[in-house]
Amino acid sequence: MLKQLRIFIIIIILTIVAGFIAAPDRVPINFSYKDFSFNQEFVKPEISFNFLGNPVTTNWQLKKGLDIQGGIQVVLQADMSEIDEIDRVQAIESAQEIIRRRVDLYGINEPVVQTSINGDDYRIIVELAGVSDSSEALQLVGQTAQLDFRLQNKDRAQDPEATQSALFFFGTFEETGLTGKQIKRTTVQFDPQTNEPVISLEFDSEGTKLFADITTENNGEVLAIFIDGFPVTTPVIQTAILNGTAQISGGFSVDEAKQLNIQLSAGALPVPIEVLEQRTIGASLGQESVEDSVRAGVVGILLVMLFMILYYGFKGFLASLALVVYSILTFAVYKVLGVTLTLPGVAGLLISIGMAVDANILIFERMKEELRAGKQYKQALELGFGRSWDSIKDANLATIMTALVLINPLNLNFLNTSGLVRGFGLTLLIGVLISLFTGVVVTRNFLRLFLGK
Amino acid sequence: MSIMKHKIIYFVISLSFLIPGIFFLIRFGLKPSIDFTGGSLLEIKGEGLSDNKVEIAEQVGDIYEISLVQTSGDNQIIIRGKTISNEIKDEVLTNLSEQYGEIEEKRFETVGPTLGKELLMKTISAIVIVSVLITFYVWKQFNDIRFGFSAILAMFHDSLILLGSFSILGYFYHVEVDVLFVTALLTTLSFSVHDTIVVFDRIRELSRRNHKLSLEKVVNMAVLETLSRSINNSITIIIMLLALVLIGGESIKWFSVALLIGAITGTYSSTFTAAPLLLLWEEIAKKKKR
Repeated sequence: MLKQLRIFIIIIILTIVAGFIAAPDRVPINFSYKDFSFNQEFVKPEISFNFLGNPVTTNWQLKKGLDIQGGIQVVLQADMSEIDEIDRVQAIESAQEIIRRRVDLYGINEPVVQTSINGDDYRIIVELAGVSDSSEALQLVGQTAQLDFRLQNKDRAQDPEATQSALFFFGTFEETGLTGKQIKRTTVQFDPQTNEPVISLEFDSEGTKLFADITTENNGEVLAIFIDGFPVTTPVIQTAILNGTAQISGGFSVDEAKQLNIQLSAGALPVPIEVLEQRTIGASLGQESVEDSVRAGVVGILLVMLFMILYYGFKGFLASLALVVYSILTFAVYKVLGVTLTLPGVAGLLISIGMAVDANILIFERMKEELRAGKQYKQALELGFGRSWDSIKDANLATIMTALVLINPLNLNFLNTSGLVRGFGLTLLIGVLISLFTGVVVTRNFLRLFLGK
Repeated sequence: MSIMKHKIIYFVISLSFLIPGIFFLIRFGLKPSIDFTGGSLLEIKGEGLSDNKVEIAEQVGDIYEISLVQTSGDNQIIIRGKTISNEIKDEVLTNLSEQYGEIEEKRFETVGPTLGKELLMKTISAIVIVSVLITFYVWKQFNDIRFGFSAILAMFHDSLILLGSFSILGYFYHVEVDVLFVTALLTTLSFSVHDTIVVFDRIRELSRRNHKLSLEKVVNMAVLETLSRSINNSITIIIMLLALVLIGGESIKWFSVALLIGAITGTYSSTFTAAPLLLLWEEIAKKKKR
C-alpha cells in the first residue's frame, strides 16, 4: 500500500510538472457577476536553471505547422544540366545559403530552407510561416543569385549618414559592369606568408580586361563584391591587376572563407531554379480548421469519458482520470520535443486518445472474466493486468511499426517526406507510447489505491 | 451461444460491401488529387461565388484550364485545374474580383507533374513495406500459417472496403484520394491487425488450456469473450472520429472519414472475417485429409 502511495505521488508530481509545461503562457481570466467583475491575466513564470551544465528554460512553445498558422511552402528544382557533376552539391548548397540569407533579410520567423538531393534531382524546400503574399515570396526565393563588383563613391561615403544607415551605405556604391558572369572560377587558398585563408578569383577574358581597367583607374579605392545587392566583402584596391586573377583577404576564418567561396561560386555559377510545387494557406483557413478540430476533440474526449463512466462505473471514472493525465502528458511531450503540430497531427492525437482507453478496456474486461470465474477482487485485478499485457503489447506493436514508416525517421528517399504525413505519424506514435504508460501504470496504480482493499 | 455457426452470413455481409466497391474500383477507379497527378487548386471566398460556379469556370476558362469548381463552405469555392503559375493565379483573382467584389485567397496549391509520379512511387513503397512488416510480424507472432494467412486476408478485406468506399465517394461526391488518404489506408492496416491480434491471442490461450475442445468451440469461446472488448474499444475510437467528421471542419474531413471506415471495418473483420476464415481453412484441410 505504501509503495502504491509513493507511485501515486510520483504520478501527481509528474502531472503537475507536465501541466505547467503544457499550460499556455498567458491565461486571461475574465469573470463578471452582477456588480462584481474580475479581469486578470495570469502570466506563466519562466524558470531557468542549469541542469548538468546545460541551461534549461521553461519557455517551451508549441510549434504550429504551415497548415495551421498559414504560410507558403515552395519546392524548387535546380536545373543542373549546365553544371559539372562534381560542382552540383556545392551549387545547391550555395543556392540554399543565398535563399536563406534573402529570407532572413526579409524578416521571417523561423524560416525553413532545406536541400533535398535524390539521384539527379537537386531541390530546395522553403517554408515561410505567416507569409500570405505568394507572388512576393516567390520573387524573393526564386531569383537566381546575382554577384557584381561595385566601386564606392568617395564623396558620398564621406557623408556622416553613411556610417549610420546601412541602406545609405549600400547606396554609396556604383555598379561597374563587372558581374559574376565574368568569373571563371573561385577557390579557397592560404596566404603563404600569413597562413590566412584567402579567396582567389579567376576571370574570363572579358572579365580580365574589365577588372584590369577598374583596378588601374581606381587605385586605393574600395571595390566591393555584392551578392543580390548586399555587400559581402569590401576590399581596397592595392595594385592594378592585369592577369585576370584577384585575391580577397579579409582576416577570414577557414569556415568564413569557405562560406564566402560558396556564395561567390553561386554568383559565378547561377543555377536556374524552377518552382515544382507551391502551397499557400491563408492564416484564416488554418485558424478556422484548428478551432473546429479542437472543438471536435473536446466533445470527443467528454463523450469517451461519459461512455467509460456509464459502462464501467467507478473504474471508468478512474480510467477517465488517467485519460486527463494522458492528455496533459502528451501535450507537455509535444512542447518539450518540439513536435510541429499539423491538422493531420491533431487527428492523430485525437485517435490516440480513443486508443488510450483501449488498454483499460482490455484490462477491465479481463477483470470481469476473472471475477466471473470466482476469483477474489484483488486477485482479479492483478490477473487482469498481468494477462492483458501480452495482448496490449502485441496489438500496439503493429501501430508503432506503421507510425514509424509514416514518420520515416531515417529520411529514406523511397518513402514520403511530406510534413503532413509525418505530423500524423509522430502524434500517433507519441500517443501510443504514452497511452501504454497511462493505460497500464497510471490506471493500475489508481485501481490498486482506490479499489484494492 | 454459437457465433461461428453462421459464418456464411458474415461472409455474405462482407461480400455485399466488397462487390460494389470492387465494381466501382474497376469501372471508375479512384479520383487522384493533384498530389499525384500534378495540377492546381485555388480556394477562394467571396460574395456570390458559390452560386455562380458554371459562370466562373467560363469566365476564367481561357487563361486557366479548369476541371472542377466545387463549393467548400459559405461563399467559398475550390477551383481545380491544370498547373498554373503564380502570375496567372493573380490574373484569375483580379478577373473574378471585377465581377464579384472583394475576394479572399484562402489556399493556393500547385504541383508539377513530376512530383506527382514520385509521390505515387513513394506511396506504393510505403504500402508494400507496411504490409510486409505486418505480415511478417503476425506470422512470427503465431508461428502458424493458418493464423497469419487469416489475419492478412482480413487486412486485405479492410483495405479493399476502404478503397472501394472512396471509389464510390469519388464517383458521387468528387472525393479525391490524396496523400492523407494513403496515410489513413496505412493506419487502417494497423487497426485491422490490432484487433485481430487480440482475438487470436485469446484463441491461442484457450486452445492451450482446453486440448479436448474442437477448434470451432475454441474460436467461438474466444470471439464471445473478446467481443465486448472489441466493440467497446472501437466505440471510443469511433466517437473521436465521428466528432472529427461531424464538427471537425472541412480540411481533414475526408481523412477522418477514411479513418472512420477503416476503424469500423477493422473491428468487424477481426471477429467476423479473420476468425471464420481460420475455421474455414481448418474445414478445407480436414476434407482434404479424408
